[in-house]
Amino acid sequence: MLFQLLLVLGLALLIAFIASNTIANLQRAGLASGYGFLFDTASFDINQRLVAYSSTSSYGRAFVVGGINTILVAAMGVVTATIIGFCAGVLRLSSNYLISRTTAVYVEFIRNVPVLLQIIFWWLIMLALPRVRESLSIGDSIFLNNRGVRMPAPIFESGSAIVLATILAGVVGTVLISRWAKARQDATGRTFPVGRAGLGLVAVVPLIVYFILGQPLDFEQPVPRQFNLKGGLNITPELVALWLALSTYTGAFISEIVRAGILSVSKGQAEAASALGLRRGLTMRKIILPQALRVIVPPTTSQYLNLTKNSSLAVAIGYQDIVSIGDTILNQSGQALEVISIYMAFYLMLSLLTSAFMNWYNKRIALVER
Amino acid sequence: MTDRPFHRDRAEMLPERPAPIASVGPIGWMRANLFSSYPNTALTLLALALLWWIVPPMLDWALLDADFTGESGRECTAEGACWAWFDQRIDQFLYGFYPAEAYWRVNLAIVLLAPALAYLLFGNLPYVRYGRWFSLAYPAIAAFLLVGGLGLEGVTTDKFGGFMLNLVAGLTGIVLSLPIGILLALGRRSRMPAVRILSVTFIEFIRGVPLITLLFVAIVILQLFLPPEVSLDQLVRVMIMITLFASAYMAEVIRGGLQAIPQGQYEAAQAMGLSYWRTMRLIILPQALKISIPGIVNTFIGLFKDTTLVIIIGLFDILGQARLLQTNPDWLGKVDYETFVLTALFFFVICFGMSRYSINLEKRLDTTRH
Repeated sequence: MLFQLLLVLGLALLIAFIASNTIANLQRAGLASGYGFLFDTASFDINQRLVAYSSTSSYGRAFVVGGINTILVAAMGVVTATIIGFCAGVLRLSSNYLISRTTAVYVEFIRNVPVLLQIIFWWLIMLALPRVRESLSIGDSIFLNNRGVRMPAPIFESGSAIVLATILAGVVGTVLISRWAKARQDATGRTFPVGRAGLGLVAVVPLIVYFILGQPLDFEQPVPRQFNLKGGLNITPELVALWLALSTYTGAFISEIVRAGILSVSKGQAEAASALGLRRGLTMRKIILPQALRVIVPPTTSQYLNLTKNSSLAVAIGYQDIVSIGDTILNQSGQALEVISIYMAFYLMLSLLTSAFMNWYNKRIALVER
Repeated sequence: MTDRPFHRDRAEMLPERPAPIASVGPIGWMRANLFSSYPNTALTLLALALLWWIVPPMLDWALLDADFTGESGRECTAEGACWAWFDQRIDQFLYGFYPAEAYWRVNLAIVLLAPALAYLLFGNLPYVRYGRWFSLAYPAIAAFLLVGGLGLEGVTTDKFGGFMLNLVAGLTGIVLSLPIGILLALGRRSRMPAVRILSVTFIEFIRGVPLITLLFVAIVILQLFLPPEVSLDQLVRVMIMITLFASAYMAEVIRGGLQAIPQGQYEAAQAMGLSYWRTMRLIILPQALKISIPGIVNTFIGLFKDTTLVIIIGLFDILGQARLLQTNPDWLGKVDYETFVLTALFFFVICFGMSRYSINLEKRLDTTRH
């Protein structure tokens, strides 16, 4: 008890010491503290943005743009890293010697080289692509050059909202049907082709609606001009580099988790399934994966969090994420304490949200002891 | 009738015939591992195509078409890599801006590291009593050699750079983060609420934010927290932050190990009348640390790779030296990939070595399997 009191007292003294020093130092430097600066005009440009922003917008607005950019690259990275990780994890377990060795070399090399080096490496490759006039093109609709990747931009005409709504309705319908099918199978043992019904609801019905409404979704193709490409959607080289580096790096880590997860399911499970006459695909889907996922999900969550945190290395190549924009704001306004507290609050919030979601998912797939 | 008995049995055993050529030797191995089924054959061919597409061009680039001599990038006229910088610049890559006449001090510190580590890790060496003392004194000896003083010419830490900076920051972090991590893990499982709450807050906070924000704290905020007359060396501030960062991750790894120790071990130690600290030191930690070895080494590897982040706050470690050379007018645009290949190799060798060693150590310490 005495020890705890002393500990708390010591901590309080330390905080008081830091606070008094900080106040004295700020006064000496003549810096105003507080978050009022967020309403001041930020007089710099942000070329990578998903929401409206101009150089007359406020610092607060700039932070919002940066936060959205961080979430954008993190979300893109999480999706591709998961795909890469699952493929590499399964391939590394392949009985094919060449395939498993090649995958092992990829995984071991990527895992043991700093991610910052990989980010800058991909960025240098993006910048070494040909100039705009000599763009590499894929099917005359996607263009690669040293200013990034330009691809067709979707144009949503009136009526496209209805198509989107049908897709959403299809998803909801599929979830409902799969629940009903599971309940019926539990009760009567009769199965229902959920996969085919779902495909029909999510893909075929919206496609029919799309053509009935007269193809309301169009694509604006980039057109090569004399000095530039006109139209279409441009992805900056920084975003592409960061995305590639983060997905290959985190993918290598996830592949190890997936491999361990599949190995953790004992061989008897697969043998028992084949003795029951289940086909290989069904065995994987119904027997191996559900058990492996219980091992895979918790460490994968922390890999997702690592990816999100590693996206802050964007500052090294100038992708305008929250850290990079905050750095500019810090240099302009001198509000170091406030800017860094915003960073920390932002990342802590992202971490909490991600782990809350993954905990919910983990609980859903966890073993229910009866 | 003849006197030959009418049956088809032979009078003597036939000699064993060799196994069919298609099932043994290289051909059999290839049939079993590479061409066992149609999909497998397709995968093999795909992998071969991929390797054929990647490996020969890379060899051409790195060796056959490369330039090895020259004073500047302009003299690199060959198609492939430009290695001409290596002779001039390798010293900067290794030692940064450390004075050339004092390189022996860095080398000596690294040479002395080997016995210091050996006495720490292996118990069966001669003179182990004195060796342990040497291990304990090593950090002071290394600091004296690197920084100088007491007769040696002083070298300020802003001269530190290159791979030596990664080693100094990484090793300090590794050596300090383990004990701090153990204390934090014990604190998190403590029965004293104040200790537990403090440990949990610290661990979760540090794990929730990216390292780069902590480095920003070290550079722009730490000075605000201290009285103006106290001024911490920049490298020391950075090393403190890297150490704290790694400690939080270490604490979670060790907590996992602690949780795996059965309750009976604690109760048995209590029944023997051991105090808390003796229980931990003699009974619990030796077992918990053994289980945690893979996680601990992974944290070390992560910490070592993270030392490259110092380039973002303006220190020039080996990655920083690579970037310096890439933007040097004499070498501009000629050495982008070459410098990164060298840097990546440095990290790969050390990190891959550490992970192999941990697998080895795990097997050697495994007392359950004999």
